Amino acid sequence: MTMAEASTREAFGKTLVELGRVDTGIVVLDADLSPSTMTGLFAREFPGRFFNCGIQEQNMIGIAAGLAASGKTVFASSFAIFASCRCFDQLRLCLSQTGLNVKVVATHGGITVGEDGKSHHAIEDLALYCALPGFTVIVPADAIEAAEAVRTAASIVGPVYIRLSRGKTPVIYPEGYEFSLGKAVIMRQGKDATIIGTGIMVAMALEAADALARDNIDCRVLNVHTLKPLDEAQLVAAASETGAIVVAEEHLAQGGLGSRVAQVITKERPVPMAFVNLGDSYASSGTAEQLLERAGLSVRAIEEATRSAVGRK
Amino acid sequence: MIGKGEPTPKHTPAGGGFPASVDDLRAVARKLRRHVVTMIAAAGSGHPGGSLSAADIVAALYFKVLRHNPEDPGWQDRDRFILSKGHAAPILYAALAESGYLPVEELTTLRKLDSRLQGHAEAKLTPGVEMSSGSLGMGLSFAVGVGLAARLDSRAYRTYVLLSDGECQEGQTWEAALSAAHFKLDNVMAIVDCNGMQLSGWTRDIMNLEPFVEKWQAFGWHTVEIDGHDITQILSACQEAEQTHGVPTVVVARTIKGKGVSFMEDNVAFHGKAPSEEETQRALKELE
Repeated sequence: MTMAEASTREAFGKTLVELGRVDTGIVVLDADLSPSTMTGLFAREFPGRFFNCGIQEQNMIGIAAGLAASGKTVFASSFAIFASCRCFDQLRLCLSQTGLNVKVVATHGGITVGEDGKSHHAIEDLALYCALPGFTVIVPADAIEAAEAVRTAASIVGPVYIRLSRGKTPVIYPEGYEFSLGKAVIMRQGKDATIIGTGIMVAMALEAADALARDNIDCRVLNVHTLKPLDEAQLVAAASETGAIVVAEEHLAQGGLGSRVAQVITKERPVPMAFVNLGDSYASSGTAEQLLERAGLSVRAIEEATRSAVGRK
Repeated sequence: MIGKGEPTPKHTPAGGGFPASVDDLRAVARKLRRHVVTMIAAAGSGHPGGSLSAADIVAALYFKVLRHNPEDPGWQDRDRFILSKGHAAPILYAALAESGYLPVEELTTLRKLDSRLQGHAEAKLTPGVEMSSGSLGMGLSFAVGVGLAARLDSRAYRTYVLLSDGECQEGQTWEAALSAAHFKLDNVMAIVDCNGMQLSGWTRDIMNLEPFVEKWQAFGWHTVEIDGHDITQILSACQEAEQTHGVPTVVVARTIKGKGVSFMEDNVAFHGKAPSEEETQRALKELE
C-alpha cells in the first residue's frame, strides 16, 4: 500500500499564517529562503511582521533575540544546515543561555535534500541543538505532525528547534491527531523489539515492522518526535517490555536520537540495541531515494538491525 | 532631552538629585571608574582597560541620556542600553549600582560563585541587563531586533548599543550594520568605544579597521566622530542621533584604553588583568 504524501514545510507555512491571524505578536524572520521555507506565505499576508534578513543567519538569530526580548514570539527560518552550523554561537548565547522565545523552524533537513550535495545536507543539526540547554528539539514524522508541532511551539515560551524536510513525505497520521510535546507515540504495539524512529524514519519503521511480522518478529514502533526533552519513561518501558531497541534517524551516529536513547537505556534498563543512521560520513549528490539507499537508511536496513538486536537478547 | 516632553518616569540616581551638569557627569564617571578598579581587584580577574575607556560614555548615558527607571527595570518604554562588548561588564554593573538597580555593596561579588554579577553580563540574572553578552559581535544584531520591535509596537524608546572597535572585526557586526541601515532604524544608536587596542596589541597592527568612519558611512549610517572622554561631545552626539531620521547613527568615540589610571592607559597588559593590591591603591588615589 502506498501512503499519501504531503510536504512538512508547506504544512509549516500554512500553519504560520493561521497563527499569525490569531496572534499579532508573532513575527517571522527568514534569511533569503522564504520561497523554499514557505515563510513566504506569512510574508504575503503579514508583510509588516515579516523581515527578510538576507543571507545573514548569525544576524537573523541576534535580531530574533532582540525581538523576543521585546515581547515578540519569533519564528526564524532557514535551511537546517544554515540554521544550525552557521549560527551556533548565536543560538548558544542569545537563545539557549537566555531562554528567549524564538522558534527556529528549519526546512531541508538531512540527506533527502538530495542533489545539492553534502554542503547542504544537515546531518549534525540534531546533535548541535540537543547540546544546547533549554532548547526543545522536535522532528515531526509527517505534515500533520509538523503543523501540530508548529502550533505547540508557538504556545510554549522558550527556544524551540523544529527540523522539517525538503520533499514530500508519507502521511502517517489522520487529521485531528493530537500532538503531545515530549511524549513518544506508540505507533504500533509489539513484544519482541522496539523500533524507535524520528522524522522520515518513522514511516520506514512501520514498513519494517510489517515485514518483520511476516517472520513472526513482533515489533513495537515508537515515534520519538521530541528529541529534547526525551520521553524517558516510554523508552524504559519499551526496553523492559520488548527487550531490544533499534533507533533509526536521518542523522550522523554521534549526538542524535540514537546517542540520546542509548544514554537512557544503558543507565535505566540495558538491553541489546542497534542503530540505523548515517554513521560517520557525508553523503553526496543524488536523488533523495538514491541517497537513502546508498547510506543504508532503508526499510531493509531497519529489518536487519532489528534481527541483529533480537538475536542478541 | 530627558522624557521628551512626556510625563515619563525619570531616572533617579542613588543619593538623589539628577546630575544636570557636565561636571556632575564627570564626577559620576570618576566614581564608576573607582568601582571598576575596586571590583576587578576584588575579583582577582577581569578586564579593566575596556571598562575604563567606556566610563564617560556609560556615565553620560545612564545619568543623562537614557529614559529609564531603576525601580522598574522592565518598564516597557525605557530606553535600552545594550552592552555588546561584554567584557566591559564591570562598567555596566557600576552604572547599574550607582543608578539604583543593585546595591553598591554587591559590586565586589563580581565573578564570585552565586553572584548576580557574572564575568560577562547575563540578561536573566541581573536587573537592568538587557542582553547576555560575552561572545563579541552580537549586540548590534540584538539592537536591530529591539529597534524593530519598538517600531512594530509604535513605541518611542531608543536603543543604545555599545561596541568595541575590536569587535568590529567580527563579521556579524557588519551584517547587523547592513540590516539596521536597510530597515532604516533611526531609533538605534551605536557607540563604538574606539580605544584602539585589543587583547594582543594595537587594533591597527592586528586587523586594521581604518578608515573606520568611512566604513560606517558606506554601510548607510549617519556618523559622528567624537572624543569619547568629552562629556559634552558625548551628549551632543546622542542629541544629534535622536534628531537624525531615516538612518541609524553611529558615534565613533575615540578613547584611551585604561583611561583615568595612568599606568593602565594605552597599556595592553591591562586588557584582561586585575591590578595588584599596590596597583589598586595607586589607581584609586589617581581617581580621587
